[in-house]
Amino acid sequence: MTATSTERPATTIFKRPSSHTGIGSWLTTVDHKRIGILYGYSAFFFFIIGGIEALLLRIQLSAPNNEFITAAEYNALFTTHGLTMIFLFVMPVTAAFMNYLLPLMIGARDVAFPRMNALSYWIWLAGAIFTYSVIFFADVAPPLGVEGFPGNLDPSDQTFLGGLPDGGWFLYQPNAGPYFSPGSAIDFGALGLQILGLSSLISSVNFLTTIFNMRAKGMRLLRMPVFVWMTMVVGFLLLFSLPIIAVALFMVTFDRSFGSTFFQAVSGGDPILWQHLFWLFGHPEVYILILPSMGIVSEVLPVFSKKPLFGYAAVVFAGAGIAFLGFGVWAHHMFASGITPVAQAAFGLSTMTIAIPTGIKIFNWVFTMWGGRIRFTTPMLFAIGFVSMFVIGGLSGVTHSVVPSDWQQTDTYYIVAHFHYVLFGGAIFGIFAGLYYWFPKFTGRMMNDKIGKVHFWVQFVGFNLTFAPMHWLGLQGMVRRTWKYAPDNNFGPWNVAVTIGAFTIALAILIFIFNFMYSKRKGAPSGLDPWDARTIEWTIPNPTPEYNFGVAPVVHTLDHFWHMKYTEDAEGRAVRRPDADEVIARLEHEGNNPPTPIHLPNPSYFPLIMASGLPLIGYGIIYHLSAAGKAMIAIGAIITISGLLGWGMEPLEEPHAPQDHEDDHKLEEAHS
Amino acid sequence: MPTSTAATGRRLGLVNMPPMLSGHRRFAERRRFRRTTALAALALIFTSCSYIEIDSPLTTFEPGGPFAEQIDRLFWPVFWIATAMFVIVQGLIFIAMFRFRDRPGAKEPKQVHGNVFLEVTWTVIPTLILAGIAVPTVQSVFDLTECGPDAMEVNVTGHQWWFEYDYPDLGITTANVLVMPAGKEVCAVMTSADVLHNFWIPSLNGKRYLVPGQETLLRLQANEPGEFWGHCAEFCGLSHSLMRARAHALSQADWEAWIVDQQAPATLPAEGTPAARGWEIYQAKCTGCHGVTFTDADGAEQYLGPAVDAFNGPNLTHFASRNVFAGAAWPDGDLTYDQALTEWLANPPAAKPGSYMPNLGLTQSEIDDLKAWLETMK
Repeated sequence: MTATSTERPATTIFKRPSSHTGIGSWLTTVDHKRIGILYGYSAFFFFIIGGIEALLLRIQLSAPNNEFITAAEYNALFTTHGLTMIFLFVMPVTAAFMNYLLPLMIGARDVAFPRMNALSYWIWLAGAIFTYSVIFFADVAPPLGVEGFPGNLDPSDQTFLGGLPDGGWFLYQPNAGPYFSPGSAIDFGALGLQILGLSSLISSVNFLTTIFNMRAKGMRLLRMPVFVWMTMVVGFLLLFSLPIIAVALFMVTFDRSFGSTFFQAVSGGDPILWQHLFWLFGHPEVYILILPSMGIVSEVLPVFSKKPLFGYAAVVFAGAGIAFLGFGVWAHHMFASGITPVAQAAFGLSTMTIAIPTGIKIFNWVFTMWGGRIRFTTPMLFAIGFVSMFVIGGLSGVTHSVVPSDWQQTDTYYIVAHFHYVLFGGAIFGIFAGLYYWFPKFTGRMMNDKIGKVHFWVQFVGFNLTFAPMHWLGLQGMVRRTWKYAPDNNFGPWNVAVTIGAFTIALAILIFIFNFMYSKRKGAPSGLDPWDARTIEWTIPNPTPEYNFGVAPVVHTLDHFWHMKYTEDAEGRAVRRPDADEVIARLEHEGNNPPTPIHLPNPSYFPLIMASGLPLIGYGIIYHLSAAGKAMIAIGAIITISGLLGWGMEPLEEPHAPQDHEDDHKLEEAHS
Repeated sequence: MPTSTAATGRRLGLVNMPPMLSGHRRFAERRRFRRTTALAALALIFTSCSYIEIDSPLTTFEPGGPFAEQIDRLFWPVFWIATAMFVIVQGLIFIAMFRFRDRPGAKEPKQVHGNVFLEVTWTVIPTLILAGIAVPTVQSVFDLTECGPDAMEVNVTGHQWWFEYDYPDLGITTANVLVMPAGKEVCAVMTSADVLHNFWIPSLNGKRYLVPGQETLLRLQANEPGEFWGHCAEFCGLSHSLMRARAHALSQADWEAWIVDQQAPATLPAEGTPAARGWEIYQAKCTGCHGVTFTDADGAEQYLGPAVDAFNGPNLTHFASRNVFAGAAWPDGDLTYDQALTEWLANPPAAKPGSYMPNLGLTQSEIDDLKAWLETMK
């Protein structure tokens, strides 16, 4: 980024891509907004896949001893449902929000490393396609067992869907090891996660650098919107937790493909070690999923309560505190695993402490609404829904920290209920709040509020109908990850309710899709400030111009935009400034007519090229015994390394393209 | 596509929806609608409550022994504290939503940025509550983890997909049903032969993993004689859902009788009976995995089956003394014991996906003979 005009290399291998429209422009884009949109649509695609998987599971469970799908299919579907919703929906969709909004919220032109940003999207997509491509390669495989006594499968179990990875998203060893899951399905899962993790790691470095280096003038850390803070916290969580799972997944791949025995008890390995490594990543991962939504809600509640966020600093530090404590609670996933009583007591206590910062956040959100002037728009309904559903998930979480109580609850539907209240009632309600709230930012149009409210209520009712009875089912002893349950267990009627709830959620999502498509084309134009917002991403026109800010913003306070429009009277009540409308009109004009030409980073082929080699290496590792597999490793490596080299040699600009040096200089200044 | 969505939108009256009813009537209608909805919701809650009365045999709400009781005593106070917190927070949300909703003519809100006193309050009070919960939690963890000095040891081994019970002091090996004396502590010394399993009898205690290559302990005790249901709780592969367990607690007299019965070898069936043909089939096809101890023609005790510590299926010597088979998954309420056993022997992998017992291609008459023989294995 610091090359000057005199240092530019004279030649380049390919000409830099130059199209601004059409598919080519999307494949080579380095614009954070377009990358955010790519993340958003792809994540939503996988949301639908993961949802269909859930519906199939629910049909199977709607009656005792049901034969709707096979055991292999059931195990495969609950595994891929988890993998999909976590790694292919919630993480990328929050990455979509971060990509699109982070630079806008801190007043920047783009993220710190635009091409790396594109790289992380393409790696993510490569990882997602790689993971799901398993369906064309893997068959249902019975366990090899021990000592030459293999398990047996009825031919009727050899089905298409059964070939998906079936070891659970947690890949517990040795069940997901080479002896008990001998097919290649788990290899796709492990290597797919590896590729997806790489993408998140690149994003986290990029976002952290952006937040620390590219804030607008005057945007001190404690003037940043909470969503930016949560992006930063998530960045650190990813940065510290992903290397752990990367190492652990390599150990699994080595066990499975190259005969190592890290976790294989039959050769002296330790299966519990895998659980420690997995949850040392896996628990921070939970906060990686929920903190962005906490950030979104912290943006939405103040706007529609017409009050600043209650206890801004407390909310920020509670978020950081949750993340910090989140690294010290992993073994609460293993209370039943036989770890020593000292360890159980210690992790029980550390788990209890998480409730404190979480409670601080919840009370601050409630008191943000208290004394406000609440407008019940769709985003506000989703935000309130988030707070109220997340409370339930948080409180059931406290019951798990009571260790002996957890011995009864763990691995039952009670846990399924708990984490869906956190991740669906929490994370996904927050994501919808954000989607409705920032939809005008993305499209320049409003989402239809009436359909939006119908969507909210259908989803809210469906959600509770699905997950509330699961608390009861779990305490009645219904074990998780079970394909069939006996009629004598009396689980049937509750499971019917749950299945009806699941289809109600599906209906809600259909309503949302309709609303999205309808509003995208026919929604009312939003203007610059449709919500009477507080933060500076709303000081620029909608949809966002390619260059973001026509004039680089200078920030004087937290909620800078609010203070441009409002002042306070003697009582401390909000008073709209008489010139507020003029301010908005001026911002709209400035945003659409930048006073000086704005230089933007150029598109590049290389992120896409680099990413496309990785899945080939993955296939090669899985089939490394064959010549084709070895060739795949070589081809994949050549593609990725060529991409890397091409990237390194790529000049900032085409050498002979017309240049505006002065403008180039400004760009550097803006980025420094 | 764009025109069609727009047209649908118009048809649904989403654009410029005309007022359907006059203001006052519409309000009354809406209120009636709300009342009906509220009543329907209440009715639903009451019907579900009456259903709540029926407990599953796996319920955690009916502790049958001291350890489960101790957990139960710990759960309920925490549950009520959580419920109180829930009511407080949701109550505050509802009050805020109602009181501070935007009304025409409402004053602009005061721009409050926070309140140190409140922040301290909702930090300190939850901390104190949690500290209160922490004390009995830690105490119970230590109480419930170490087996008592007088406990009877039973070795529990997890297999895909059944539990094996070995009574080292009594020389008894059995499967699927854990038989124990009522009122006496059993210390389950557990390990796994293959993958992770998780032994759980909800009425007797919480769960504990069975880890290959490691040993874990679980205290079990039933107050009264009775049958308790259990389940493997850790995902353990294809047929995890069919890996179930039973515990039978017996009175002292029944327990002593059971020991005598189990220690006795099986007697061979009389020549020419279906059971004798079943015994022949067993010898030809089953001894690779299933062991039987029996008295031979000379009156000597013999063992037929896999070597100790080798891969094995359940010992069949007292098969008929157990009311369940194949990982305690059958009979399961849909089929009788006899029907289920027929189905199981006809094609084990179809009944239990991944099963280590292969489809032996038995004919119906062979199955009948085997069943006749198994019935003699009391």
